[in-house]
Amino acid sequence: MTLAPARPTGPENPGPGPERPGPENPGPGSGPGPARPAPVLSVRDLRVSFPSEQGPVQAVRGVDFDLLPGRTLGIVGESGSGKSATALALMGLLPPAAHLEGRILLGGRDLAAMDDTRLARIRGKDIGMVFQDPMSALTPVLSVGRLLSQALRVHQDLSRKDAWEQAVQLLDLVGIPDPRERAKAFPHEFSGGMRQRVVIALAIANKPSVLVADEPTTALDVTVQAQILEVLRLAQRESGAALVLITHDLGVVAGHADDVAVMYAGRIVEHAGVDELFARPTMPYTARLLAAVPTAGSGVQRPLLPIAGEPPSPVALPAGCAFAPRCAVARDVCRTTEPDLTAPAGRPGRVACHRAQEIADGTLDPAGPAGSAVALTPDRAAARRTPGEVVLRVEDLVKTFPVTRGALLKRRTGTLHAVNGVGFEVRAGETLALVGESGSGKTTTLREVLRLRAPEGGRIEVAGTDVATLRSAAQVRELRSEVQIVLQDPTDALDPRLTVFDLLAEPLRAAGADRTAVRSRIPRLLDLVGLDRAVGDRFPAALSGGQRQRVGIARALAREPRLLVLDEPLSALDVSVQAEIVNLLVRLKRELALAYLVVAHDLAVVRYFSDRIAVMYLGHIVESGATEEIFARPRHPYTRALLSAVPLPDPQRERRRERIVLRGEQPSAARLPAGCVFVDRCPLHREADESVRTRCRTERPSTVGAPDGSDHRYACHAL
Amino acid sequence: MGTPVSPDPTPDGIPATTTVTAAAAAATTVTAPAAAPGPVAGPAAERPPTGHDGRYLGRRRLYLRRFWRNRTAVAGVAILLLLVLFSAFGQLLTPYHFSDTDFSALTQAPGTEHLFGTNQGGNDVYASAAHGLQRSLVIAVSVSVLTVAVSAVVGAGAAYLGGRTEKATLALIHFLLIVPSFLVLALVSHKLAGDWRVLVLVLTVFGWMSTARVVWSVSTSLRERDYVLAAEFMGVHPLRIVLRHIVPNLGSLLIVNLTLGVVSTVLSESALSFLGFGVQTPDVSLGTMLADGAGTITSAPWLFAFPAALTVLLTVSMTFVGDGLRDALDPTSTTGAAGGRR
Repeated sequence: MTLAPARPTGPENPGPGPERPGPENPGPGSGPGPARPAPVLSVRDLRVSFPSEQGPVQAVRGVDFDLLPGRTLGIVGESGSGKSATALALMGLLPPAAHLEGRILLGGRDLAAMDDTRLARIRGKDIGMVFQDPMSALTPVLSVGRLLSQALRVHQDLSRKDAWEQAVQLLDLVGIPDPRERAKAFPHEFSGGMRQRVVIALAIANKPSVLVADEPTTALDVTVQAQILEVLRLAQRESGAALVLITHDLGVVAGHADDVAVMYAGRIVEHAGVDELFARPTMPYTARLLAAVPTAGSGVQRPLLPIAGEPPSPVALPAGCAFAPRCAVARDVCRTTEPDLTAPAGRPGRVACHRAQEIADGTLDPAGPAGSAVALTPDRAAARRTPGEVVLRVEDLVKTFPVTRGALLKRRTGTLHAVNGVGFEVRAGETLALVGESGSGKTTTLREVLRLRAPEGGRIEVAGTDVATLRSAAQVRELRSEVQIVLQDPTDALDPRLTVFDLLAEPLRAAGADRTAVRSRIPRLLDLVGLDRAVGDRFPAALSGGQRQRVGIARALAREPRLLVLDEPLSALDVSVQAEIVNLLVRLKRELALAYLVVAHDLAVVRYFSDRIAVMYLGHIVESGATEEIFARPRHPYTRALLSAVPLPDPQRERRRERIVLRGEQPSAARLPAGCVFVDRCPLHREADESVRTRCRTERPSTVGAPDGSDHRYACHAL
Repeated sequence: MGTPVSPDPTPDGIPATTTVTAAAAAATTVTAPAAAPGPVAGPAAERPPTGHDGRYLGRRRLYLRRFWRNRTAVAGVAILLLLVLFSAFGQLLTPYHFSDTDFSALTQAPGTEHLFGTNQGGNDVYASAAHGLQRSLVIAVSVSVLTVAVSAVVGAGAAYLGGRTEKATLALIHFLLIVPSFLVLALVSHKLAGDWRVLVLVLTVFGWMSTARVVWSVSTSLRERDYVLAAEFMGVHPLRIVLRHIVPNLGSLLIVNLTLGVVSTVLSESALSFLGFGVQTPDVSLGTMLADGAGTITSAPWLFAFPAALTVLLTVSMTFVGDGLRDALDPTSTTGAAGGRR
């Protein structure tokens, strides 16, 4: 089927030819240049504020941009930078309390001045939106075919049957297998990735001229993310729409955007073509952000440079440039007057910085002087020299969950093999990362370790003690002090009703420490994780995300564990804060000779602070080995696909490199294949000869060591 | 700020003479490397110790301070205190006892002789109101506090423990909810009718279930929170988890129930009194006075007005105190944080 742009003024599909994006300097009077197509969407001085008890929250403060037909504008920023408020403003979906100023011109009509009834005629027709969470974006009681045909019939005069036909075609376009049958299915019957495809189909149903995608892949696994980004690109090409791609992931932007606008504290601080921005960032914030983001790419590993401080609160913005308090090259003028977004001479982009010209001329390093020597250089070699004693040994761990049916009388209808024969060791001073997509059993493994009870199958040995031999609660409590956990979301992991002092005192009191011991220990714990001692009297709500995660770490360290279990310790944090926490964790590991067991889905981050990696798929470890070895020479096809799916924050490499896009998604662990668990999605399996294929189907591969004799091990028949 | 910041110049701030327990001794060894940061100058170096002496106010004092910053809450406390004083000592200011009958002044309007007037039986309204307030305060406040406490512990405990305990508790709650409590009251308290302590007990026993049901349903979401999980992994005792992590986070729900409970108890107590199970004549409570006064609201409005005014004051003060408590206990609220959190 085709979904060619039906609009007579359709875009002429600008290929990746010589035409540079070249965002111009918009002014109220400056029309588009004669050589360029007219922008489909122009945003002029967009301002959004929300009322709050502490005064208006200025979420967006004067955003200007033009979107050319068929092109992709990536808007990046950390949480609170105003990128989502911008997206909602474009769609006219701001909450009623929000105050909107400025102009949003779509095909000559100002969306900002329209009321809801008129907007409703444009929303979904001329402008489509892809939401972050595909589950809540789809009405659960309607089949996806109904949803799609409804969306079509709202804006077009179609019969039921024609609309249904078009819906099926749309589902086919976004890559839903067997679309005619699946159109009758309900949203909950689809997996996360498939649901997001449906959302994309909905967004492009009426061939809008502008698509707005707000963090379209954040809720998805990395291999699925790669698929969805492909679909989004395809959908954009088919419908000819211009795309506003809002994300916090610089890798996604590098791979998919033509232009990038970096937002900070409600303003665009830099706007340039993607190659230009990544190669020569001009705004100090952009430069620091690029230095702070970890990359999973091969090649030389560069140190992570954290940006000191935290983004400003949108209710108490500093006078002058919002980034000045964190900027290494700020001058007095930066602290008093806010710079405008202007184009420095000799650069195509626009930058909001007083020192942009110096930076553009190359006389000033935007990242600041070598003060950035605070860098973290992983001393992996040192760690390898001194392999400590084994702190955690897991052998052949098995964990299953019953699958039940029926609400009143539960019948057991199957078994979910969450973890199946997993084994690994963690030594003191070493970090082992369990990586894999959601549903691969990594968190279950971790919880089993933390439970300190005899596992369903296999053996868990913590600090030399087999947990199955623990008889009394006192013995378990004794061993608990050796293993502690840092949870993913520090906001949720800290009881909001307790002060930091109480939060830190809790593990100590649970271990039976008396008042004096608790009182003397807590300031030291705060020092240890680099928090001000006065923080003890605050509630978690008064702390920033990074500070909260420090409290979480201090809490875990309170009882001096030898093993720290980290469950996605960074995924809830902003990029600039992530780097600080990574550095803290590395420092603590070295100083306290801790062993870390990390669960993470972000391979880029894992690369920075793990010594060894174990890749999990459907409850099995498919490959394990030293971090650099795995990144340099991945062997198992799943590992290779996983690594190639991680977006790199480097547009050149991101667009050039060969990608192994896996088909489908991880199947349910309730129906494990008889042979290799990866067989359904395996690219090697499809190419292998018949004898190997049969083995893959029937026989589960055993784990073998790499021929070089290192501890690099993998389980695959086809290698 | 309540804590004097000691001018201790040492960065550690802890006197070396701290009682050395096992944990403290170990703490010293752990902190040693942190005190001398290596070449990697972490954020610890950026934020030097502020000379904080390591003494903290503690949660209770912080909550108290947040409570006292709230003016309406303080006003509520003041009104409540005045009401308590009035109920305790108000009778000393009048020569009449609430059970005395002055047959020379039946249904007399307020005047110099009887400050608040008299009722049809010649009882002094002022003396009755003082005594009735005392009864009602004791009954209403204790019933309300007891009900909320029982329902919080039972509801949150059932939700946290889960499994059979949860099922059994819910079954009990549902059973008690459908039992006609007034009928049971009639059977149980026939002999004991008129004793206010029995009334408190009975009202509590039959009053906690619906709150407990709500508490349970809210707690089921709280038990899934990461901080509960974290506490479990730290080896915190289940009872402590319920009391420290689940019940406080139900704060606003419980406090609303507490304030509303006072009002509804005053009313249900009068209803029970009407049926003959509550406060019996010659004893009076605000509830009985309200019930009596309602009938003569046109002919003798003072009989209704004074107890009604006291009830309103009681309710208003409880609401103020409850709102203040809720704001003080909720760290995300801004009302209690005026002047900034430390």
